[in-house]
Amino acid sequence: MNGVHDMGGMHGMGPIQYERNEPVFHEPWEGRIFALNRAMSAWRKWNIDAFRHTAELIPAPEYLRISYYERWLHSLVELMIKSGLVTRAEVENGKPASGSPRATPALTAGAVPGMLAKGKPASRDIQAVAHFNVGQTVRARNIHPIGHTRLPRYVRGKLGTIHRDHGVHVFPDTNADFLGENPQHLYSVRFAARELWGEQASGHDAVYLDMWEDYLERA
Amino acid sequence: MKADTHDLPQEKEHVHGHQTVPSDLALRVKALESLLVEKGLVDLAALDALIDTYEHKIGPRNGARVVARAWIDPAYKERLLTDASAAIGELGYTGAQGEHMIVVENGPKVHNLVVCTLCSCYPWPVLGLPPVWYKSAPYRSRAVIDPRGVLREFGLELPEHVEIRVWDSTAEVRYLVLPERPAGSEKLSEEELAGLVTRDAMIGVAKVNLPQPGANL
Repeated sequence: MNGVHDMGGMHGMGPIQYERNEPVFHEPWEGRIFALNRAMSAWRKWNIDAFRHTAELIPAPEYLRISYYERWLHSLVELMIKSGLVTRAEVENGKPASGSPRATPALTAGAVPGMLAKGKPASRDIQAVAHFNVGQTVRARNIHPIGHTRLPRYVRGKLGTIHRDHGVHVFPDTNADFLGENPQHLYSVRFAARELWGEQASGHDAVYLDMWEDYLERA
Repeated sequence: MKADTHDLPQEKEHVHGHQTVPSDLALRVKALESLLVEKGLVDLAALDALIDTYEHKIGPRNGARVVARAWIDPAYKERLLTDASAAIGELGYTGAQGEHMIVVENGPKVHNLVVCTLCSCYPWPVLGLPPVWYKSAPYRSRAVIDPRGVLREFGLELPEHVEIRVWDSTAEVRYLVLPERPAGSEKLSEEELAGLVTRDAMIGVAKVNLPQPGANL
């Protein structure tokens, strides 16, 4: 979707605000919502692409106004309701519905180090045809999906060069909607800064993006 | 981590919790946590373990150790640049948000800068959780269109002949910058070198500098 989250190249967002000796969490609730998200993800009811897309669906003015961890709170609540782990009434009341069954946590403290150390690789060990080769010139497709995509607007229609083949990775556009992982080759693609931004950019500079097969076409 | 010594834009010092009345957000999160605990969906001890891990165990000191090792051990550096996930794993840093690592090397002719324009992707096992500015609209919007202007705001002016490579983390691949080893650091130990390496240098918005004369390492 052409949302405000896709902000590469925008002007008018103000100066960068740098904080010295910044704490990991600014308030205890930030740490709690961070941890709640990680713990609830262990139920495997959604995936990282669905999580990102849920945040992207926050109306633009609200998305810009609220903080990073407020967006996490929003996404967690919406995904828990959508997947049936809680009801909206329970969230509003702060109490389980009467007679609702009590579950056993999917993640225990003892399992935390193992879960974090293992992570969730997005690569898939399957054979898939690589349609592009390192060094080849490609064009990012000029498409405007209304759902989740990791193809930023600033690169659509632009010419780039395949820099590296990362192998086969889960495709976010379908995975976010639970329509399947659709694994395909993921490439690092180099775009000259002037191809993206015109003559105002330095002739030496470049932007590299990771792009799936379905985002690319032959030039 | 050493405090960065460069002049930075719009600086502010963090003031620790003087808030006495819980905010609406704090109350909402507390209510949600109570609900999820009561429903048996989350374990309180697991939440505490997660917070403790990212507050105390995983952070930019990890990445600094990787960089220092690469500076003193050419064979390690070679492995780091060819298979970063495995080489970083040798030091015990693996997993969530670092499953697919790539290390990009700075040099006299090339400077690398990492951003995530679409959200806030960041290599957690080596840098911890991202700072607010990295997640903010000003950085996300400008890093790709005006990297030289952004670096200037961080106090880093690069000559025109240096090629700037901006890495927009659009997939699950995570990027770590291997900064240039500062001249004059030949006699420092691996541990002393690691003490010089800042988070900002590993994102690519700063260089690694020797401490000012008179400062203790």
